[in-house]
Amino acid sequence: MMTTGIVESRGQALAIHNLSLEFPTFSGAIKALDNVSINVAKAEIVGIVGESGCGKSVTTMAATGLLPKGRYRVTGGSVRIFGHSTLAMDESQLQDVRGKMVSTIFQEPMNALNPTIRIGKQLTDVIMRHEEASLTDARRIARDILADMLIGEPERVMNLYPFELSGGMRQRVLIAMAFSCNPGLIIADEPTTALDVTVQAVILRLIQNRARRTGTSVIFISHNVAVVSQLCDRLYVMYAGRIVEQGATRTVLDAPQHPYTQALLRCLPERVAPKQELEAITGAVPNLMHPPAGCYFQPRCKEAVDLCRSRSPQLEGADGRQVACWRRGVGPEISEQGSRQ
Amino acid sequence: MAITRIIIPRLVLLLFVVLGVAVITFTISHLIPGDPARMIAGDRASAETLENVRRNLGLDRPVVEQFTIYIGNLLQGDLGTSLRTNRPVAGDIRTFLPATLELGTVALFIAICLGVPLGVLSAVYKDGPIDQIARTVSVCGISMPVFWFGLILIYLFYAKFQILPGSGRLAMGIVAPERITGFLLIDSLLQGRFDAFRSAVYHIILPGFVLAFANMGVITRQIRASMLDVLQEDYIRTARASGLRKGMIIFNYALRNALIPSITLLGLALGDLLYGAVLTETIFAWPGMGTYVVTSIQTLDFPAIMGFTIVASIGYVLINLLVDLAYMLADPQIREV
Repeated sequence: MMTTGIVESRGQALAIHNLSLEFPTFSGAIKALDNVSINVAKAEIVGIVGESGCGKSVTTMAATGLLPKGRYRVTGGSVRIFGHSTLAMDESQLQDVRGKMVSTIFQEPMNALNPTIRIGKQLTDVIMRHEEASLTDARRIARDILADMLIGEPERVMNLYPFELSGGMRQRVLIAMAFSCNPGLIIADEPTTALDVTVQAVILRLIQNRARRTGTSVIFISHNVAVVSQLCDRLYVMYAGRIVEQGATRTVLDAPQHPYTQALLRCLPERVAPKQELEAITGAVPNLMHPPAGCYFQPRCKEAVDLCRSRSPQLEGADGRQVACWRRGVGPEISEQGSRQ
Repeated sequence: MAITRIIIPRLVLLLFVVLGVAVITFTISHLIPGDPARMIAGDRASAETLENVRRNLGLDRPVVEQFTIYIGNLLQGDLGTSLRTNRPVAGDIRTFLPATLELGTVALFIAICLGVPLGVLSAVYKDGPIDQIARTVSVCGISMPVFWFGLILIYLFYAKFQILPGSGRLAMGIVAPERITGFLLIDSLLQGRFDAFRSAVYHIILPGFVLAFANMGVITRQIRASMLDVLQEDYIRTARASGLRKGMIIFNYALRNALIPSITLLGLALGDLLYGAVLTETIFAWPGMGTYVVTSIQTLDFPAIMGFTIVASIGYVLINLLVDLAYMLADPQIREV
């Protein structure tokens, strides 16, 4: 049997607590995650946003044991998926969890399905791996779930190879595969980035509808705030391996607190008045082998003061709404000297 | 049907290849120095005897006429008469080719059976001890000369430990089974001659392994490289994220795709085996084409050389055809379009 987790996290689909992780390299460790905490309640839909390389995918891949073995080191924290501590699991235990309790839908549908195996076989392989089902049963389950993804003639599609399907169709198959064993948690890692805009909305609705109907928790990972904002109950904003802000989607979008979140939102065309120039965040994401002192966003931040350059701010605030910034919320007195460069 | 669409052009091509090879070998045979009549008649033959031999062989006629006769015979399956053995070349090839094919097939079988799993393990446990061993073995296989490796094995297993025979296809005292396919392993089984079968198996182990070793190295390296590529693919990540078992992912999901780039290599390996057979056969006194061709070359037996060249080129075209068919089998994208 599976190792049972602590009782208090039973109500949680996913509980990542103070997870720190680094990738050792010859020239030093890259601190990819620093004290990341993410909680997803049962049936909740949560978004993680941030620029490329800020650790969104690393967080969820570490939680599901999908990072390449031996290439990373967890330096602290814990991960529980429905109470089971996945960091302590060996590969064979993880294989029981993946697909059954938590499934991941990846980006790039081009190559995410095996090119030499028929769609039906790829689906039934997963179903028969986790369910006590005969091949006939598995094919029926696969057909039903494909139909649920609004794929016409599922029977015919199951006999096709991935290259015979469009990108949107392949993505639907992947979503069907993720839902096929009714996992309690779905991680959608940039599920629509490779698709064109008209298909994107349809695909996202498919995931959302199915999840709402079955009470499945979902984590949407995206660099596109606009995409995530329409779907999620809560948002986490990540920057350089740290969570900088989290809260209910509406509050975060309507009243962003962290300068990074504010800057991110100012980059969205739909939030800027016509003819007004779009803003870009100057500078680049810091090198995590030699991160800046203090707040990681401080070198790019217009509001940085001395304190920001010397000490890292922690996430502060009530559970529902937290921000990690010296210039917001509670913290040591901020001296105005040296602010606003 | 896609299959006929591939096969028919190849068969047409085959005709042209044979014709082209015939032209080239015929030209070369007439261009290089060396007088076949002199080879037959001997050094001290008189001019008159030489002239007689020439006339008998048809060597006194114009070149174009000689060529027309040759092609005409060729189309009827007549490859000419060997200058050395005085028997039809086609008959000689029928006698010796099966021994070579049997050796080559066994060697390819060994090379695949050892090379593919070794390559897979090597990729899955990249940089681990298994990988190091597999890489060392394959480098040895590729760089070790066949004649040297063969002699070492003969010394060890035949001369020193006396576990395995070192020459020939059958032990002395065992009557060869009646010829049906020319493959001793098959013929002996068909006739229920288990003594002959056992002896044939013992005899083919050493030469088969020597011949297989170099190709095994090539196959291991190719499979390792393509497995490493495939294991990086998104669909492997999808399979892992779905909780599929490791064994299933490696053999059903990864290897199937990794084999596709290896198919060409297997075709080349098959050609390589026929070529490597020449050395191996010489070392193990294997009565196959290799030995026959080497002797023919030494005695300037042109009909035999040309006959072998043509048979070999047909073989290459057929191997390429097999490779294409194997591609269709392995890659649905080629099959279904």
